[in-house]
Amino acid sequence: MAKVLVVAEHSGGRLNQSTARCISCALQIDAAGADVVVLGSDCGAVAGQAAALQGVARVRTLQRAENAAPLAAVFAPQLAALAAGYSHVLGPSTTFGKDLMPRVAALLGVGQVSDLMSVEGPRRFKRPVYAGNAIITVEVADGAPVVATVRAASFKPTGPGGPAPIEAAEVPAELPVHTRFVELKAGGAGDRPDLQTARVVISGGRGVGSEANFALLYDLAAKLGAAVGASRAAVDAGYVPNDMQVGQTGKIIAPELYMAFGISGAIQHLTGIKDAGLIVAVNKDPEAAIFQVADIGLVGDLFEVIPALAQRLA
Amino acid sequence: MVCLKRVVDYNVRVRLKPDNSGVVTEGMKMSINPFDEIALEEALRLRERAAATEVLAVTIGPADCQQQLRTGLAMGADRAILVEHAGELDPLTAARAFLRLVEREQPGLVLLGKQAIDDDCNQTGQMLAALWGRPQATFASKLEVTADSARVTREVDAGLEVIDIDLPAVVTTDLRLNEPRYVKLPDIMKAKKKPLETLTLAALGVAVAESLRTVAWEAPQPRQKGAMVTDVDGLVASLREKGFFN
Ligand SMILES: Cc1cc2nc3c(=O)[nH]c(=O)nc-3n(C[C@H](O)[C@H](O)[C@H](O)COP(=O)(O)OP(=O)(O)OC[C@H]3O[C@@H](n4cnc5c(N)ncnc54)[C@H](O)[C@@H]3O)c2cc1C
Ligand SMILES: Nc1ncnc2c1ncn2[C@@H]1O[C@H](COP(=O)(O)O)[C@@H](O)[C@H]1O
Repeated sequence: MAKVLVVAEHSGGRLNQSTARCISCALQIDAAGADVVVLGSDCGAVAGQAAALQGVARVRTLQRAENAAPLAAVFAPQLAALAAGYSHVLGPSTTFGKDLMPRVAALLGVGQVSDLMSVEGPRRFKRPVYAGNAIITVEVADGAPVVATVRAASFKPTGPGGPAPIEAAEVPAELPVHTRFVELKAGGAGDRPDLQTARVVISGGRGVGSEANFALLYDLAAKLGAAVGASRAAVDAGYVPNDMQVGQTGKIIAPELYMAFGISGAIQHLTGIKDAGLIVAVNKDPEAAIFQVADIGLVGDLFEVIPALAQRLA
Repeated sequence: MVCLKRVVDYNVRVRLKPDNSGVVTEGMKMSINPFDEIALEEALRLRERAAATEVLAVTIGPADCQQQLRTGLAMGADRAILVEHAGELDPLTAARAFLRLVEREQPGLVLLGKQAIDDDCNQTGQMLAALWGRPQATFASKLEVTADSARVTREVDAGLEVIDIDLPAVVTTDLRLNEPRYVKLPDIMKAKKKPLETLTLAALGVAVAESLRTVAWEAPQPRQKGAMVTDVDGLVASLREKGFFN
């Protein structure tokens, strides 16, 4: 019998949407429901949000002062201890989950399935390799707990349900003091919608040309209620901060609409957007690779197209 | 200690073998995993700032990996260890082997890439830190080392996170940590004389982990090429037709 534990991701008292996506993955492994564990120094609000999601059997909290910041070295031993009662432990394939889950897996002495994109059976999963150029099916041996990070873009978030019971969990785990949180410097999004959950994402590449020119994209995004992303070239050139990078080594996103301006369409970028509902590409080079995957393509100069779009769509 | 993995060069477009038993690697250009080059560059800079005394490059893989280790030595590593292993290798096994090397070599810092661009696992550094019982700082974009601790800036989804870690520790690198140096011809000649030791997994007492098995390979579902529009009016009309901005 499968019994699935999902590790909640949260910050500032809010549950991250990746958790609801992990729960829908968990329900494909065991339709009966999944437990969610919330680690923090003040878990109440987040536990409540998790308990109100469809498919959650029980929310378990690990509340202690040491859990104030999401340090993998501190969380992992607690999760490894809690994992004893479960066949599967899932976390999101975000920087939080990628940092934490392999440490949990190693403490349990098992391999980890990274970026789980589909459930083929309780112990059989698909995942991308080579920047998405190939998909492999992996099988986890019987007996070993399944530890995985879930590629959030591959699963729809579960809707409202519950409320599920909330219980404080206790685990005997000695916590290290060798790793200390100092600070979090928030990224470049400001009041704009979050890149990973926005319905519409507008991205700029090297073709945007400068930090100042990115204002064009911010203006259009503000008019459309969209989030703003970027290619690695734009990040490297210093036009935008790193947390806006979309792709193999940035964020994997699945908005309903993705609009790429001045992005050539390198495989490392495309792997980050292949689950988008509709891809629009604007590039002045008719040979740009992005046109091979775009649902709507326009050969043109972004400095003319963006203002014209802003005018027509506002 | 820096872990360098030999991978298919990132400019090569990998293809599946006709019988779907894996990807074609024969005859492909092979390179050091880009993140690992960054790890090595950071180690060299630590040594140049006298924050490190020696830079050891290690890899696990077939005998051909000597090429990448020689490149690492040419970049400036002092010596190298190749743990020979022919078949597939998962991150847990790699981490177990690296732990043996750590116990033998007693490094003050182990640097790895955040992710190998072949398996895209993003696991090995975290697993090594867990098995070693030491701190981890993944996705580093800035590293400041003092005598017995380090301050690391990490690239996380929400922005930049700063943590302090006691040494020894494991750090995995992100792309913006530094820009790796180019290798010069005389350095390649010099590198030929640097020590390169060869071991085996068995000699380290490590067996290949069996909890995960790859059972099938397939090509990704291609996205279909859509329609081109000729002007902004056409674009707006198409967007509206698809249900956006009505
Ligand atoms: C290990 C590794 C990981 C990587 N990870 C990522 C990743 O996660 N995400 C990512 O994006 N990249 C990643 N890359 C980089 C990737 O290979 C490409 O270099 C990058 O995506 C290119 O960005 P770009 O399309 O903005 O720039 P370019 O390839 O330079 O393209 C710029 C485009 O803008 C167009 N253009 C110029 N001016 C205009 C104009 N006025 N109007 C319209 N169009 C214009 C040009 O025709 C061109 O097509 C990675 C690379 C490596 C090695
Ligand atoms: N066989 C290997 N040889 C050397 N380094 C490796 C090997 N496997 C993994 N690594 C290191 O671990 C990092 C992360 O790999 P992965 O967990 O496979 O994504 C890589 O960037 C390397 O630094």
